[in-house]
Amino acid sequence: MIESLIQSNNAELTQSTKKGSPVVLSTRVRLARNLVGVPFPERASSSQRSDIMTKCADRIADLPQMKNGAFFDVAELSDLEKQVLVERHLISRELCESDSGSGVFINKDQTCSVMINEEDHLRIQFLKTGFSLRSVWKQIDRFDSGLESDLDVAFSHEFGYLTACPTNLGTALRASVMMHLPGLVISDHMDKVIRAVNQLGITVRGLFGEGSDATGHVFQISNQQTLGESEEAIMSRLGNVFKTIIDHEINARFKYLEENRARMLDQVGRAFGVLQNAHVLNSNEAMNLLSLMRLAVDFEMLPEANRSDIDRLFIECQPGHIQHAAGEGIEPEARDLGRADKLRREFNQFPALDFDKVNELT
Amino acid sequence: MADNLKCSHCSNPATVHLTQIVNNKIIKVDLCESCAQAKGVTDPEGFSLADLLSKTNLSPGGSGEPQITCPDCGLTTVDFRRTGRLGCATCYQHFVPLVRPVLEDMHAGTAHKGKVPKVALTRQNAVAELQSLENALQRAIAEEAYEDAAKFRDQIHAIRSAAETNPEEAVRT
Repeated sequence: MIESLIQSNNAELTQSTKKGSPVVLSTRVRLARNLVGVPFPERASSSQRSDIMTKCADRIADLPQMKNGAFFDVAELSDLEKQVLVERHLISRELCESDSGSGVFINKDQTCSVMINEEDHLRIQFLKTGFSLRSVWKQIDRFDSGLESDLDVAFSHEFGYLTACPTNLGTALRASVMMHLPGLVISDHMDKVIRAVNQLGITVRGLFGEGSDATGHVFQISNQQTLGESEEAIMSRLGNVFKTIIDHEINARFKYLEENRARMLDQVGRAFGVLQNAHVLNSNEAMNLLSLMRLAVDFEMLPEANRSDIDRLFIECQPGHIQHAAGEGIEPEARDLGRADKLRREFNQFPALDFDKVNELT
Repeated sequence: MADNLKCSHCSNPATVHLTQIVNNKIIKVDLCESCAQAKGVTDPEGFSLADLLSKTNLSPGGSGEPQITCPDCGLTTVDFRRTGRLGCATCYQHFVPLVRPVLEDMHAGTAHKGKVPKVALTRQNAVAELQSLENALQRAIAEEAYEDAAKFRDQIHAIRSAAETNPEEAVRT
């Protein structure tokens, strides 16, 4: 069912041709919205859920941003297909486990997805590669206003947009960036950063959200609070914190390079060698090797043009994608072979590492 | 003195005594060693009494807490305490006494300061207004108050025709 999505040659996260950012892989904003006069998904009957889905799907299909988009009924997706969509950050794990009457709309370039009957009736998400909170907010704001002109959304002047969980009230906005932070991890500063931002009402999680590991030194950082501040205020506060983290990360990288030059170049060189020659690679090891390759681009050891390949491989080396490429659900051992084959093929197309470039940098 | 206290969860002697301020009320809980372990009361700084209380339904106010039932979806105080979630938009009108204290700890403020869905709200108001005008019209006809009826009919007509000519602006009647 999701074949066209995976084969697509203009998907934002996997095929972006824009210039990437050294620290931020992608920016996402999501809004939760509910309809009036019908219980939230968890308390809605199955016939109410399917009514909500039909009503919302009709409206969403009419929006210009969804032109040539695709709708998937969760009940009709296989477990593997759901896993692939989770790995592409297009649906949540919670949606995968939902009862009948849940679905997702995904637009053509996979920058927008709207989950229907997840925790709330609607969970709208826009994403972009790189760091661009403002422009993603503008897009989602326009989309949301378009929806609202046809759907009666639940809103109170006191609590703002009404959501199933009070943690999402108010703006019901969650803005997050996916950050690659090898410098802070290697220099043992990550715990300190997490504690500091937690105190500012900001959450740090792993690559796949709640409870997931930060493999590949990739972290998802987002606001926790949604009520009592405007969208602009939330994003400007977040933006400042993000910029501070980016500065710390860059400093940590250069400090590590200055103090451990040989060790650093050795790690990058070995990672490249493993990726070009390994025959068995588990997901965790692959993520950590890819992390070093992203760092190699940042330090100009690899051309900028290869950055989007590496970002694509972060997603395509996930277990669901490897299995989907194999055309069937396969055991972890077989996946590790498939993953190594894929990485070998890809990295043998890469130019050799240019170690001289690093020496010019410092 | 404290040694005479019994654990709030079982009847073993309590050895862990917690005091925290939750929603401006001082809450004390006494636990025995094993219950404290089971509840994860190991790190006093990272531990929130409010979490423990909400999980064990011993929330501030205890049995004196208002027992609310949402007239629309049937959600009860017990349901809300168990899941931490509301059942429908109407719940927010009825569960205010329970929701508001939770928000103070959760968010930067307790009042919305962001986007307002103007189009949807004015449309909803227009629909409500039309409904009330229709009711008024029927009442006026039944009471043979034809002058009033004509007035209501004209108002309904004005809202409807505005909606046809300009759907977005229509609602601003």
